[in-house]
Amino acid sequence: MTIDQRGPALPDGRGEVSAAVIAHLRGEGTPLPDARAAAGADPYGDDLQLALYVCYEPHYRGFAGVDDAVEWDPALLAARALLEARFLDALRRDAARGHGVDEAVDDLLVEPLHGTGVSHHLQEEGRLWQLREYAAQRSLYHLKEADPHAWVLPRLWGRAKAGMAAVEFDEFGGGRAERVHARLFADLMADLGLDTAYGRYLNAASAPTLATVNLMSLCGLHRSLRGALVGHFATLEITSSPASRRLALAMQRAGAGPAAELFYTEHVEADAVHEQVVRHEVIGGLLEQEPHLAPDVVFGIDATVFLEDRFGEDLLGHWRAGRSSLRTPLDGPATVSVGPEPDSD
Amino acid sequence: MPNDPSDKPRRIRVRREGPVLVEGPVEVVLEDGTSAVSDRCVVALCTCRRSRTYPWCDTSHRHRA
Ligand code: FES
Ligand SMILES: [Fe+2]
Ligand SMILES: [Fe+2]
Repeated sequence: MTIDQRGPALPDGRGEVSAAVIAHLRGEGTPLPDARAAAGADPYGDDLQLALYVCYEPHYRGFAGVDDAVEWDPALLAARALLEARFLDALRRDAARGHGVDEAVDDLLVEPLHGTGVSHHLQEEGRLWQLREYAAQRSLYHLKEADPHAWVLPRLWGRAKAGMAAVEFDEFGGGRAERVHARLFADLMADLGLDTAYGRYLNAASAPTLATVNLMSLCGLHRSLRGALVGHFATLEITSSPASRRLALAMQRAGAGPAAELFYTEHVEADAVHEQVVRHEVIGGLLEQEPHLAPDVVFGIDATVFLEDRFGEDLLGHWRAGRSSLRTPLDGPATVSVGPEPDSD
Repeated sequence: MPNDPSDKPRRIRVRREGPVLVEGPVEVVLEDGTSAVSDRCVVALCTCRRSRTYPWCDTSHRHRA
């Protein structure tokens, strides 16, 4: 399979702020969002989240037809800072649970006996169209899996750096292109009949999905948020293994295909290791050297849990109402029903 | 496996709970004579015996609430 490596097309605006950012990237010479526009936007809404996503994307793969140099365009960076401040302030206000690092990590390590999250739903009664939607939404992250976290490496030292690099090496396939996790996800998408082109589902992705990815870009790009990046990454790694087991079972039950199952079975095993390394070496090593970053680590954990919960609730809310969670419909066999219809909800 | 005197001793991390961490690659020979191989640079060996991917840890050792 060849994977399209050109940048995706610029998305459609979802309001005043995102439309202004997109027009700027198109070179239309129109003004970028100012402080008033940023202050007026819902910090978790479609408009601000898409605008932020579009501001970050030049640091990854860019957009087709947009000059690569826009990555360091001072006007764009200034507008991005306004949007970031709006998002960060909201997260600091809404996500904090007021606990310490050990307590926050221990919370993540307890598996609920009767979980109600999106992976539980997919394992128990997920239908193929829901698995396809889940994969399309998640593709915004998984097609650049572990990329935003690589930015933290130059900001770490000692055990934290060595541990982080060891985990990233695994995420990037341990030296083998066909085992890069982003590539394994593209293979999963192919099994599900989805388009594997990078950024293909940007227009379809919901605001809660964009917010989960924007948090990574935000923490990855700012050295001042290195503690939060580490807390965020630890949260992904600690929660991934059990959730991946459920998603592997969901893929198996839906007959999604071997690559779709492999992505998640690989993560059951890999993230059981990553969890250990991130907790003991990366968090442990970072806080040994920079103990003042403990509140930032906690913030990264809390913000991730908060946004992941919102993401899951948004998907389940749409599905319970019998509606698609995506903004634009998927092509292909999107309504194939697998497994029994849920009795209630 | 030959012991090359230039080899550093293989580091194994043991904790009170959860898996033992071994520098990979490793081959684990099981009781029935079969073996499992992992080429990760760190391998988590299940010590609780509850893993569904034994001998590799799958986080089944975690507390449930
Ligand atoms: S030690 Fe982790 S599953 Fe057994
Ligand atoms: Fe991964
Ligand atoms: Fe991982």
